[in-house]
Amino acid sequence: MNKPLRRVAIFCGLLVLALLVRVNWVQFVQADELKNDSNNRRVAIERYSIPRGDIIVGDQPVTDSTTTGVGDYKYKRTYKNGKMWAPVTGYASQAFDANQLEKLYDKILTGTDDRLFFSRTVDMLTGRKQEGGDVVTTLNAKAQKAAFEGLGNKKGAVAALNPETGAILALATAPSYDPSTFAGMSDKDSEAYNALQKKNDPDDPTLNRALRQTYPPGSTFKVVTAAAALENGLYTDIDAPTDSPLPWYLPDTNHVPLPNEGNIPCKNASLREALRWSCNTVFGKISADLGNKKMMAEAEKFGFNNPKVDTPVRAAESIYPEDNRPQNAQAGIGQASNRATPIQMAMITAAIANGGKLMQPYMVDKLVAPNLNVVEQHTPKEMSQPLKPENAQKLQDMMETVVKNGTGTSAQIPGVTVGGKTGTAQHGEGNKDNPYAWFISYAKTDKGTPVAVAVVIEGSDTLRGDIAGGKLAAPIAKSVMEAVLSDKK
Amino acid sequence: MSSTTNTTTIGTIGAPSRRNTELALLVFAVIIPVFAYINVGLAKKQEIPAGVFGYALGLALLAGVAHLVVRKWAPYADPLMLPIATLLNGLGLVFIWRLDQEPKITTTNLGGPMAPGQLMWSTLGVALFLGVLILLKDHRVLQRYTYISMVLALALLIAPIFFPPRYGARIWITLPGVGSLQPGEFAKIIIAVFFAGYLMVKRDALALASRRFMGLYLPRGRDLGPILVIWALSLMILVFETDLGTSLLFFGLFVIMLYVATERTSWIVFGLLLSAGGAVAVATFESHVQVRVHNWLNPLELLDGGVTETAQAMYSFGSGGILGSGLGQGYSRLIGGIAPKSDYILATVGEETGLAGLMAVLLLYGLLIERGIRTALAARDPFGKLLAIGLSGAFALQVFVVAGGVTGLIPLTGMTMPFLAQGGSSVIANWALVGILLRISDTARRPAPAPAPSTDAEMTQVVRP
Repeated sequence: MNKPLRRVAIFCGLLVLALLVRVNWVQFVQADELKNDSNNRRVAIERYSIPRGDIIVGDQPVTDSTTTGVGDYKYKRTYKNGKMWAPVTGYASQAFDANQLEKLYDKILTGTDDRLFFSRTVDMLTGRKQEGGDVVTTLNAKAQKAAFEGLGNKKGAVAALNPETGAILALATAPSYDPSTFAGMSDKDSEAYNALQKKNDPDDPTLNRALRQTYPPGSTFKVVTAAAALENGLYTDIDAPTDSPLPWYLPDTNHVPLPNEGNIPCKNASLREALRWSCNTVFGKISADLGNKKMMAEAEKFGFNNPKVDTPVRAAESIYPEDNRPQNAQAGIGQASNRATPIQMAMITAAIANGGKLMQPYMVDKLVAPNLNVVEQHTPKEMSQPLKPENAQKLQDMMETVVKNGTGTSAQIPGVTVGGKTGTAQHGEGNKDNPYAWFISYAKTDKGTPVAVAVVIEGSDTLRGDIAGGKLAAPIAKSVMEAVLSDKK
Repeated sequence: MSSTTNTTTIGTIGAPSRRNTELALLVFAVIIPVFAYINVGLAKKQEIPAGVFGYALGLALLAGVAHLVVRKWAPYADPLMLPIATLLNGLGLVFIWRLDQEPKITTTNLGGPMAPGQLMWSTLGVALFLGVLILLKDHRVLQRYTYISMVLALALLIAPIFFPPRYGARIWITLPGVGSLQPGEFAKIIIAVFFAGYLMVKRDALALASRRFMGLYLPRGRDLGPILVIWALSLMILVFETDLGTSLLFFGLFVIMLYVATERTSWIVFGLLLSAGGAVAVATFESHVQVRVHNWLNPLELLDGGVTETAQAMYSFGSGGILGSGLGQGYSRLIGGIAPKSDYILATVGEETGLAGLMAVLLLYGLLIERGIRTALAARDPFGKLLAIGLSGAFALQVFVVAGGVTGLIPLTGMTMPFLAQGGSSVIANWALVGILLRISDTARRPAPAPAPSTDAEMTQVVRP
């Protein structure tokens, strides 16, 4: 009986060995994955076991932490002026995880990042409690305030950049939400969170419209079409008449005209005049003449069709579509399937204002350890060069005309050169929904070009007849530019 | 039985009894849980728990009395089994007490603190262990009760059908006023006695009366009878009591003992075929089994938006990592309910003592199992051999099924980790199991008595006129 006994002994040994291999697999190989799984409550327990580091604008933190006194989580996140800063900070909630900067820099904010190892070790040896690091943003508090208050009760978004570095100065969205209201995990927090969800609030206040919502860019896209015309050598002189019949019919259609807004002088208008009056016929024809490929290539240089525009919070992908000729002509005036985020339109404006050079947009300047050592510092990076410097100069010239005596006069700032473009994008089948009002602009002083801004306002019924970008969006752009300029002085 | 002579542990006269080794190991087996207990107290309340002296004294007393009884009544017993069982039981008490410190899983609804009760059951378990050693002078006495064992085992296995299911499985007998017990734990021992007795008688018939076919010995149809009966029984347990673990345990136990008794590999092939066939057949219509298999394949899946117990256990293991969070500093209470103290106790071990601690505990089980099998090898009588391998095999299968289920190696079944987990029946039955193994090993290791002077030899020298 001993031979089978020995075999059974080996079999039992194998059973135990299998268990040992399995626990090694679970506790060693899979350990990190399980440890950091989003459903593992320990992640949140650890996240809130110490006061979280802060997100800083200028020199002032826009976040804070308070002790809760109950439950698993010792501390709770609070926000100062949460509604205004929500599109920047995102939220960190005990019950609903975190997003945006709060999520991306969670490890820095909780002090668990590998780069904080040294500071953590020192804390451990000196018996101090672990602390979180800080995230210092590039935002400009005044510009953000101007943007947020400018939007007021309207639905829309504002994105402002420093064209020379790509630093994001303002990122506002309306309606917004206060992330403090659901930072905890009580029933009240759940109620607040649920009430904000799109299914309960059709205005979708948690949507970061500046980064994550795409709109048809409308006439503001004409600057890209103009850029494509100049870059591809279709036209070189912005004051020479273009070959633009009126009316102009969409290609490959049975005499379907592309209408202009009202009776404006668009027949064979020069590029400067066409942009000043916002001629659909001129730019539609340019797009058609260049063709889908060239238009797409130029748009892509400005950042379209790039799913990875990380600020570091990832922006939604702006789309210049691959399409047939009539659709491509419409896309050339910012309609059809053409979609852009506000940050994308700000990037276009910034690239033009910066001599044709597009800088990588970013909103985190540096990460600071609890001992104030800088863990990571952003250096401005060039993203692409959509325009030659001389063509950028021509486009600036044209955009400045728009503000001086075109559709964008309401953005004028005394003593400052402002260039801009209005837009009113149709929306819905047969234009039945309220249109979007756009305005993009930049401001230039003798010291440089400190700001480029894009504003979009989603229409409401009362404004239907009178929604042109110049009326609704331009004043907001103006106050944002003024806020940045006043800060520079 | 041909090769007993070269495998017996009986040495020459005066073989060491190893009782002092056992005593030294027992000291560690008491000290380690006491330190663990202090550790939990320091971690949870920043103070040495008030009950530490009582606990240390109690555990030391149990171990000491057990040791003295073994010294007196089973002086040649295996020196490792008692210390390992004591250590596991002591650690189990510490982990249960540690989980008692979590108010969320120690509400009155969930039965309140469980460590005091477990301590009482452990004492009863040790008492039964001592009873076995003192009253059972020779394990072969059990052979007389072969068929009574069978009836008793069947009764114990079938009884839970008549009681309401708890936590999804019918493995409980509820006695009003006394509490509830899991008869399966006791049936495990009794059925091993029955198999040992039955197979000792039938093994020759089962082994020799067979035809050879494709290298396998095919048993005769009528010899297949008993195995089919056991197979059907285990399937019935699975279907009517929805208890995967017990079913697997009994069938596996029978196959192992059959193989050892007959030395015929063909029985293993039959066993595997039958169990695989049965499992597949049952799984196709038994939703309870399907749910378990589904959870096993998708351990982290959310159920109605909530995290399942299976997932919580996996998170526990993962969060423990290599070195663990430290005793008292884990969050295995997130598993919820009373499961962290019973079925999922290993998750707490894994999270708080890490991979290192969990491997150590598994190795302790491995050591205990292999000492049991060593006892079977050493035993001099076939009944003792079969009983020892039966008990060790059952223990091994139980450890594998529970630990494998909790760690996600195999689908989860409702059984408890011997000695470690909360549960009165389990701890009492397993102490009795260790008691019987010690009795067999004592018999096996006892030096052979000096040859009695042969009266015949003397007679032949007497020359009578």
